[in-house]
Amino acid sequence: MNARVMAFKAYFPLIGIAILALFLLVIAPGALSSFRLNNLGKYCCYAIAGVGIGLAWGRGGMLVLGQGLFFGLGAYAMGMHLKLEAAGPDAVPDFMMNFGSGVLPAWWAPFRSGAFTIAAIVVIPALVALVLGLAVFKRRIKGAYFAILSQALTVAFGALLVSQIKYTGGQTGLNSLSTFFGYNLYDPVNKKMIYMITAVILIVMLLITFQLYRSRFGEVLIATRDQEERVRFLGYDPANIKVVAFVIAAIMASIGGAMFVPMAGLINPREVSALASIMLIAGVALGGRATLLGPAIGALVVGYGRTSLSEAYPDQWTYFLGAMFIIVILFIPNGLTSVIPKAWQALNRRRTDIKEVEAV
Amino acid sequence: MNDPQTHEPDHLEIKDLAVSFDGFKAISGVDLALKQGRLHFLIGPNGAGKTTLVDALTGLVKASGHATYRGKDLLSLKSHQIVRAGVGRTFQTATVFEELSVLQNLDIAGGVHRSAWGMIMARRKVPTYVEEALETIGLQDVSRRPAGVLAHGQKQWLEIGMLLVQDAKVMFLDETVAGMSAEEREETGELLRRICPDRTIVVIEHDMDFVRTFADIVTVMHGGKVLTEGTVAEIQANPQVQEVYLGRSAEGTAHA
Amino acid sequence: MDVVISQTFTGASYGATLLLVALGLTLTFGQMGVINMAHGEFLMAGAYSAYMTQQLITNADISIIFALPFAFIVAGLLGLLLEVLVISRMYHRTLDTLLVTFGVSLVLQQAAKDIFGAQAKAVKAPSWLHGQIPIFGYRYPLTQLFILVLSIACVIGLTSLLKYTGFGRQIRATVQNRDLAETVGVSTRSIDRLTFFIGSGLAGVAGVAVTLITATESTMGQEYIIWAFLVVVAGGIGQIKGAVIAAFALGITRAFLTYWTDGSMAVVLTFLLVVVFLQVRPQGLFATRTRSLA
Repeated sequence: MNARVMAFKAYFPLIGIAILALFLLVIAPGALSSFRLNNLGKYCCYAIAGVGIGLAWGRGGMLVLGQGLFFGLGAYAMGMHLKLEAAGPDAVPDFMMNFGSGVLPAWWAPFRSGAFTIAAIVVIPALVALVLGLAVFKRRIKGAYFAILSQALTVAFGALLVSQIKYTGGQTGLNSLSTFFGYNLYDPVNKKMIYMITAVILIVMLLITFQLYRSRFGEVLIATRDQEERVRFLGYDPANIKVVAFVIAAIMASIGGAMFVPMAGLINPREVSALASIMLIAGVALGGRATLLGPAIGALVVGYGRTSLSEAYPDQWTYFLGAMFIIVILFIPNGLTSVIPKAWQALNRRRTDIKEVEAV
Repeated sequence: MNDPQTHEPDHLEIKDLAVSFDGFKAISGVDLALKQGRLHFLIGPNGAGKTTLVDALTGLVKASGHATYRGKDLLSLKSHQIVRAGVGRTFQTATVFEELSVLQNLDIAGGVHRSAWGMIMARRKVPTYVEEALETIGLQDVSRRPAGVLAHGQKQWLEIGMLLVQDAKVMFLDETVAGMSAEEREETGELLRRICPDRTIVVIEHDMDFVRTFADIVTVMHGGKVLTEGTVAEIQANPQVQEVYLGRSAEGTAHA
Repeated sequence: MDVVISQTFTGASYGATLLLVALGLTLTFGQMGVINMAHGEFLMAGAYSAYMTQQLITNADISIIFALPFAFIVAGLLGLLLEVLVISRMYHRTLDTLLVTFGVSLVLQQAAKDIFGAQAKAVKAPSWLHGQIPIFGYRYPLTQLFILVLSIACVIGLTSLLKYTGFGRQIRATVQNRDLAETVGVSTRSIDRLTFFIGSGLAGVAGVAVTLITATESTMGQEYIIWAFLVVVAGGIGQIKGAVIAAFALGITRAFLTYWTDGSMAVVLTFLLVVVFLQVRPQGLFATRTRSLA
């Protein structure tokens, strides 16, 4: 019986994913206004990035403080494509007329192609993460160093975006977007479609991560997190294991960033700043870094909380966020979703205890 | 350039190995031949350089000299490459993955045999080599328990089991029986005897009773150098060895 | 040639500021393994202390003399509070201290905004720091010279504290072997608190220094924190001499890169240079070597 129960239990997370899918794909589109649904879509983007953070940080032990960098790479790639779409064929984005020479830079040009843009959203962050990951993990740079370096690079990326106004639109970023691969961004039907695409991507990412977690790779990743040196003596190079997880996390953040743009209608340096990166971490920490669904749910909750609380109490919102960090990390380091199974276990144990007593 | 046919196939040849930490010579001029099929014990007082020697051979510290195994110079390889070359080790404190089950611990050690594709698949059934290792180390009854709850001795056996799954042909075991009960020591010794014939097993040990009972050959280290090598009887008769051990663990040799 | 001299001096001044911020971190991060993201807010608290001192002692010429110890104590006490309430519960969870203290930093920033207002405050520099002094034909502002002297003084002070006093020996003993230190009668808990007090206090001193060159506002700590951490990382954990070299190297590199490219490009390139540098020396400039892991 034990083996069968265990085999069944291994699929528990799938039930969770199914419930989340039901909520995001069936209930929410029916119940929420177009505006609210659009907001939920943005939170889904944070959640997509969050799932990656859960993989890299929760399972892999790498505190990826700079996911804003990858979120930003995806977002700006998408933003550039949509900006060019808005400008029309052969035309140049408005800010380039104002700040630049009025000539499209050569490296912008390929982003006219939708296929190129989609490829870039996946390939560019993957390459950046690969180079960075190899540089850091192969040289066995310590975890704390990695966290600081990744945050530093995000700060640098933000500074670059602001200063290269001729190419990036500077502080205002890329705005006045009008279409998404030809579909009008302001048509409610299209808005709903974009939301649905995002929600489906989130579910797919969760399924991929589910498979990763139950795979041997997932086991080795945990092993690397807990005892990196020991893993070396199993014949693996822990650096490779970590790089793979880091690259996957980067791609997920980038995809989240890319989908964020059509829903927000713009992208600017603030959305990809060090603070934005920390917000992503906050959601994952709240939900439960090492669980499958925790990061996604946490990101949705923090996204929702940010919108509603910061609307109602713009100043106190920062206190909320700060206090949340302190309380969650200090008292529930494994996040809210870790509390539920524990309570469930405690309840179950009680029940079986009773049963055993009855049986006697 | 090293023709395998002119050598015995499993023969770890150490020549003039030296390790220094910031000018301090931890070990120097070590020549050793580790041959297959015998239980080789490495003894010596604390600070003799036993663990450092194993660290050097498994890529943990930089060393000069040569350590040739199957035509490869271990000193030029990284730790994980050394493992893939068939050389494994355990540590003084048993290091198993506490959150993973015994079975998962063993399975994870089989990564050396797997392709990248195998890595992203879940384990469908227990591979036979894992099953065999589990049987050899006698932990079938606790195979689904998390390794963290195992007793000290069981953890050490699990580590040996992981080396079996890795199919390590050369095993360095660092103070494996330290802290074990007499009964556990006996079982460990017999386990080592069982797996010894087609492997090279090197055990660092302080417990002279254990050494006397199971050693085929003993190497004594002192002050970073090899003092002498021989059978238990030869070692115990050696006046140099007695001198080194006098005042440190005199009872070890006195009972001879 | 003029450019070389002027950029070197600009960089050295910036490096000196970084060094002041990083010195405290070499204690809290280097010696205790705590990544305190609120360290920048301790600097901000020091700067506001200087502002408050000047509200009481309006004569700018002497207020800075009182501001320095006052800021040290204010920031030090904040640090002590943080250690006792939060950090003492999470030693050995290095990465988690980063996140918790990030939360603290958010709270402190907002608190400063609520207390002092969103408007930046100006602290008047003493008249004896007005003007410049010519060195090699470069007119070096006295305020920057003061920061340079102050940071060197702090380095010397901290080094001798660690080297020659009983307290310093106890700190080093605690870092090297906690259990052993305890068995020979060192109260490691009080050492932790005192270390944190001094480390955070140094951020307060840095805050006073910074008021001489920038305006005082709630987010000012953010400007320095990442750079200061990079200094510690590049210098090697807990190494004061490493921090000194790294701070000046980083400052001067950035000054020259700013001259050759522009401000933000310089930031990007300097960050990348640190990454490249860590390829060569993953443990930073000076590393404490250990025997083996087992």
